Amino acid sequence: MHPALQGLVTIIIGVGGCVGYFFFSNFVLDRFLLPARAYSAEEAAVRRRSGTIFVFALPALVILALYLLYFTRNDFGLAAVFWLLIVAALIFGLWRLKDFMYGTGAVSAGHNISHANMIRPWLFLLPAIVALGLYLTYPVFETLRLSMMQRVAGGYEWVGFDNYTQMFGEAKFWEAMRNNMFWLIVVPAMSTVFGLIVAQLTDRISWGNIAKMLIFMPMAISFVGASVIWKLVYDFRPADQDQIGILNALWVGVGGEPQLWLTLPFWNNFFLMAVLIWIQTGFAMVILSAALRGIPEETVEAAIVDGAGPFAIFFKIKVPQIMPTIVVVWTTITLVVLKVFDIVYAMTNGQWGTQVLANYMYDKLFRANDWGVGSASAMIIMLLVTPILVWNVRNARKEMK
Amino acid sequence: MAGLKLTNVAKSYGDVSVLKDINLDIDAGELIVFVGPSGCGKSTLLRMIAGLEKITGGELQIDGQVVNDVPPAQRGIAMVFQSYALYPHMTVRDNMAFALKLAKMSKAEIDTAVNKAADILQLTPYLDRLPKALSGGQRQRVAIGRCIVRDPKVFLFDEPLSNLDAALRVATRLEIAQLKESMPDRTMIYVTHDQVEAMTLASRIVVLANKGISQVGTPLELYEKPQNEFVAQFIGSPAMNLFPGEIVETGEHTKVRLDGGHGIVQSAYPSKAGDMGARVNVGIRPEDLQLTDETVESYSGKVDVQENLGEVTLLFFVPDSEGMEPVIAKLPGIHRGLKGQTLNLAAAPEKVHVFLDGISLLYR
Ligand SMILES: Nc1ncnc2c1ncn2[C@@H]1O[C@H](COP(=O)(O)OP(=O)(O)OP(=O)(O)O)[C@@H](O)[C@H]1O
Ligand SMILES: [Mg+2]
Repeated sequence: MHPALQGLVTIIIGVGGCVGYFFFSNFVLDRFLLPARAYSAEEAAVRRRSGTIFVFALPALVILALYLLYFTRNDFGLAAVFWLLIVAALIFGLWRLKDFMYGTGAVSAGHNISHANMIRPWLFLLPAIVALGLYLTYPVFETLRLSMMQRVAGGYEWVGFDNYTQMFGEAKFWEAMRNNMFWLIVVPAMSTVFGLIVAQLTDRISWGNIAKMLIFMPMAISFVGASVIWKLVYDFRPADQDQIGILNALWVGVGGEPQLWLTLPFWNNFFLMAVLIWIQTGFAMVILSAALRGIPEETVEAAIVDGAGPFAIFFKIKVPQIMPTIVVVWTTITLVVLKVFDIVYAMTNGQWGTQVLANYMYDKLFRANDWGVGSASAMIIMLLVTPILVWNVRNARKEMK
Repeated sequence: MAGLKLTNVAKSYGDVSVLKDINLDIDAGELIVFVGPSGCGKSTLLRMIAGLEKITGGELQIDGQVVNDVPPAQRGIAMVFQSYALYPHMTVRDNMAFALKLAKMSKAEIDTAVNKAADILQLTPYLDRLPKALSGGQRQRVAIGRCIVRDPKVFLFDEPLSNLDAALRVATRLEIAQLKESMPDRTMIYVTHDQVEAMTLASRIVVLANKGISQVGTPLELYEKPQNEFVAQFIGSPAMNLFPGEIVETGEHTKVRLDGGHGIVQSAYPSKAGDMGARVNVGIRPEDLQLTDETVESYSGKVDVQENLGEVTLLFFVPDSEGMEPVIAKLPGIHRGLKGQTLNLAAAPEKVHVFLDGISLLYR
């Protein structure tokens, strides 16, 4: 099948599956499990009996069977105990769910409706919870486990914190840490500042919307695509040839020698950061421009009457009023920066002193095949991201109030 | 001190003319109130004086100087906005000190000015709060305080009380009146919808309508001698009754026969011989109508609805035709059982206004 067609079919199946799931699950809930009608005590008892079978016994049996099937074929170790606990918890949960749904004695229509409405949000959340658990929570613990293991012939062996000590002894790791700190400071700051300036300036001019669109466009380009574009910007040709990289063209134009920009130690980091700033400025601009428009016009007019000039208005009236939004934008970009990988991978692959944590992790995991140290570096990245993430979510919540 | 002089001031947005030919002399120390129907340009005129809107024609002088192109901060004005426009991120103290800080005053001077204003407005306990932790009335006072500290020559108020509840509005109105009294040489311009505010506060009222000034005068002048039908009906509540009719006697006094056989009324307004038979509108305020035994020189009509308010009795008369505004009379005291009766009412001749082509005979 043609790949485009394949993609289309995937989308149709995916979206159809979602719609089908929500339709069907709600249908079952409202039609069979908790219909919006009252039941006398006898009817309710019958329903309770069949409910025990369909809501509790059957699913419980399936889960138990799957568990036994798997662990009778594999050896019964620590993992089996762990999963046994989970199976027990699931079965207990099913039991409680059954009690919750069917109540005791005669059942009123109101009971059914309110209980169905309490279950409904979980119906919607369930796929997301399962997917996130499978693809986010489980990997976190698995990575933590792997970071304490070492690959040996035919399996793994427990090495405790050896991977971490080894990693902390590597110069390349500290280079990555240092660079990440630079990224962390420079990129959010510059993106936010540029975004704010652009938002303010484009608000007043007639072609502001076109300017905004142009500045926002890099957001739509993938990091790798942006890297390719910027690689051309930094391109190098020997002095006797025409420069096709715009930076070298300008540089030679003002009388400089053509430079291999991406190999200039230390500065090359900033040339890489420029790419991310270029992308993120659009994001900052859109959010901040909306925030700026939310500022009551009268406070600005009051400031004008009070004698504030354009700079005083901007820095003393407007910026303080949108400070919460600035913080959210800043931290959101910080999260992107901490995970930065594609740009470094595509442009320098961490050579010439441009290594960053995510690329270091990739190097270890998939090039050196050192799963232990790779996982350890992944844990470090997560450790760095988590506090900022928590803070960001908090601020965003406050902002919404 | 600071008088204002507006000469042929005009405002248009592109092709849309909003105000034109505004001529107004305001003396120092006056409290001028702008009133007028919604959308007539009161705020626009005020904002032009403040310097927030460009003046597109004519000339504005403050204190003898043309200020058309002077930025707001240098006009010596301060403004209270309808929604207060407090800086939400600054404490009450900083809100009031902002302009002074921009003016590079010393810390000690700023503190003195702020503390004094806070004292006058009873804001001292709240100086370190943010505006969101204040009640509506307190916010309003902070907005006024922000003006006072700058000691401007002219205070501008754009419907400052419209966001307050009725009781607070009365209290704050009194505070503004007291504030004005404590600063007799400061000029204030005040925009409002509320007639009571206008009548109680103003030294002179400016009635705006139809892109221009309809009449300027003291509150009682506007009430007693309205220049035209619009002002006559705009000032006073319930609005002045207008009776169409025809002049039947001219001279020192004028007599008008009301249409619909409602009788003849006499006005103290003079008319010329040539006015004989002219179509006019007679205006009589509901509170000026009194019961009388006179059957010829009076208004006679049948009571449709009676409202007893205790201190006064409102009578609504049967209109001559569907959709016409009913004639209203406001009799002092309690009257029982007038509904359905045909009554004769008359007013003192000096309280009977006659409008020819919408203009009062007094001002021809
Ligand atoms: N930017 C603008 N472009 C075109 N017309 C405008 C603009 N701003 C205001 N106007 C018009 O100017 C007129 C006067 O507006 P203004 O706000 O001064 O009225 P107002 O008398 O203060 O009314 P209100 O009592 O409702 O506050 C209105 O008819 C309005 O439609
Ligand atoms: Mg207005």
